[in-house]
Amino acid sequence: MPEFTSRRGLLFGTAAVGAGAFLTGCTSNESSDEPASNDQPAADDKPGKQVTIGFAGPQADHGWLNAINENAKSRAKKYKDVTLEITEGSNDTAAQIGQIETLINKKVDVLVILPADGKALTQIGLQAMRADIPVVNLDRIFNSPQAYRCWIGGDNYGMGLNAGHYIGEKLKDKKNARVIELAGLDNLELTQQRTQGFDAALKNYPNIKKVARQAADFTVESGQAKMSQLLQAQSNFDALWNHDDDQGVGALRAIDQAGRDDFLMVGGAGALSAFQAIKADDGVLKATVLYPPTMAASAIDLARALGQGKGVGGLAEFEIPASLTLYSAVVDKENVDQYMSTGFK
Amino acid sequence: MTQHASPPRDDTPKMSPMEGPSPWRALTARADVRTLSLLGVLAALIIIGGITKPDQFLDTRNLQLVLTQASVIGVVTVGMTFVIVSGGIDLSVGAIVALASVWATTVATQEFGFLGILFTSVIVGVGCGLVNGMLIAYGAMVPFIATLAMLASARGLALQITDGSTQVVTVQSVLDLGGRDSYILGIPPLVMVFAVVTVIGWLLLNRTTFGRRTVAVGGNAEAARLAGIDVRRQRLYLYLLSGLCCGIAAFLLVVLSGSGQNTNGNLYELDAIAAAIIGGTLLSGGRGTIVGSVLGVLIFTTITNIFALNNLQSDVQQIAKGAIIVAAVLVQRRTAHTT
Repeated sequence: MPEFTSRRGLLFGTAAVGAGAFLTGCTSNESSDEPASNDQPAADDKPGKQVTIGFAGPQADHGWLNAINENAKSRAKKYKDVTLEITEGSNDTAAQIGQIETLINKKVDVLVILPADGKALTQIGLQAMRADIPVVNLDRIFNSPQAYRCWIGGDNYGMGLNAGHYIGEKLKDKKNARVIELAGLDNLELTQQRTQGFDAALKNYPNIKKVARQAADFTVESGQAKMSQLLQAQSNFDALWNHDDDQGVGALRAIDQAGRDDFLMVGGAGALSAFQAIKADDGVLKATVLYPPTMAASAIDLARALGQGKGVGGLAEFEIPASLTLYSAVVDKENVDQYMSTGFK
Repeated sequence: MTQHASPPRDDTPKMSPMEGPSPWRALTARADVRTLSLLGVLAALIIIGGITKPDQFLDTRNLQLVLTQASVIGVVTVGMTFVIVSGGIDLSVGAIVALASVWATTVATQEFGFLGILFTSVIVGVGCGLVNGMLIAYGAMVPFIATLAMLASARGLALQITDGSTQVVTVQSVLDLGGRDSYILGIPPLVMVFAVVTVIGWLLLNRTTFGRRTVAVGGNAEAARLAGIDVRRQRLYLYLLSGLCCGIAAFLLVVLSGSGQNTNGNLYELDAIAAAIIGGTLLSGGRGTIVGSVLGVLIFTTITNIFALNNLQSDVQQIAKGAIIVAAVLVQRRTAHTT
């Protein structure tokens, strides 16, 4: 093959190698920012019996899930008496079942499971409970209460409710106020719950009307696309609730591109970029409602308490609760500093 | 489905000389009818949009918006059209867009500024296309499998680079390019890139030996080989071209969304294939037009726009989208057969 030794071939070859070398250098994402974390002091730092906690979650393919893993790891590290066995995340039900079975066979003391799909993984929860390994079910709930000892998770309805109340209070003195909603992926039940909560809260304010709703799919790209169409459709409105801060990056980009700043925006979930924008207070984003990834840290606390047969510090009970729904706090300029370290990227 | 279309395929090797005899003319006439019926569908959509939301739909800003939204997937579709015309398929386009956009927006790349981001997106796209092309042309892999493998690994690599986080672009010149201030004579720069890619694509397919070889390979690869075309090299170039288009699209997406995310380009492969098919490109190869594909993209984008302006929800949108794809193809087939 003469072409490969020709001068042209040599030139292209050198250029390709050079480009490759350049590109390899370009994959680095090192920056000075700390990852999402939790700084709250551990509830009961007194070391107790050694506990091995098995943790199985879905593939961390977006910021919130990544923060879940980070929170679990960093919390476990705070306890000298906790060993964390964390599995490679998977979105495949069968793969996740396999990983959990491995954890059961290893005879971990407690399991913390964030199922890729709660309904589909119920059986493995039951199996673990039958093998006398108590399960802390994180966020996506199993079908049967017998499949877990304790459920801890976020409140999607509450997110909508709190976003609606925040917007309602801001607009309560405004006649014929108009509100729009940029929802998340409509195929998910949680999106419907968020919307129901939002609508329920807005009912308390007869002067406010929700004039438009479009669903994006949690990606920046879809947030930009749907928001730019919403802005085109609604030449004036007073407030916007966006379900998710990741797609909010795209939504803010669309708002910027359209040159609009005549309304207030509330986000959802609690991403670091949203917290920073709220703190800087130089744009439309004024608040965000939490769906806190710190729940993974709390799940480790609960699992440790289970393993050591203790209750939760601060409550009178001898046992940990069977179910814990976390509060979807509204983070605005007033309290953003407190939450800053929990923001995920 | 492909039965009806076999006559033009048999003719393709013969039409290599540009000013061919009557079969070639018949083919162009038919293509024109297809294009006209697509324009008809688009016109009908515009009328629907104009009636339901006259103020918001028939507005310069909205036109800019629709064209901008179309430009990313449009550039991908141009590359995809070449691949499909050659009888292949590229399932990895969405994943390549994701990987290129992510690689171009890492902290390290952003230090190189505008050109660093542009160069990285294009080179990553070309690199993925090169791997696809080598596997298919010289590794004798079926395009479906080779590009499926690329889909999986490119998405995986994108996830590995980002760790799932959203990489926000801080290079001001890149951000500015997506803003209203950078419009030239009211035309957004993204739309210009889309237009240039379309024109080059059209010229390449219709006015060059490269284009005629592509059609010939798609029509009948064996006949093309016997006619002296280096089929393998042609295939390599085609997947490179598709990769290049993905790289350009990734840059446009970075400019548009101001960020890189591993979820970018979700299901682009299906959108691009659907747009090409609606545009009259034969999935088995040998026939296809750039104009048709671009019209296919515009039809999709306009539908989405009209739905959003009318505040219709996702469920209705998806049902209607499916119905419109079927309707558009049926209308085309009808008109193509009656003439």
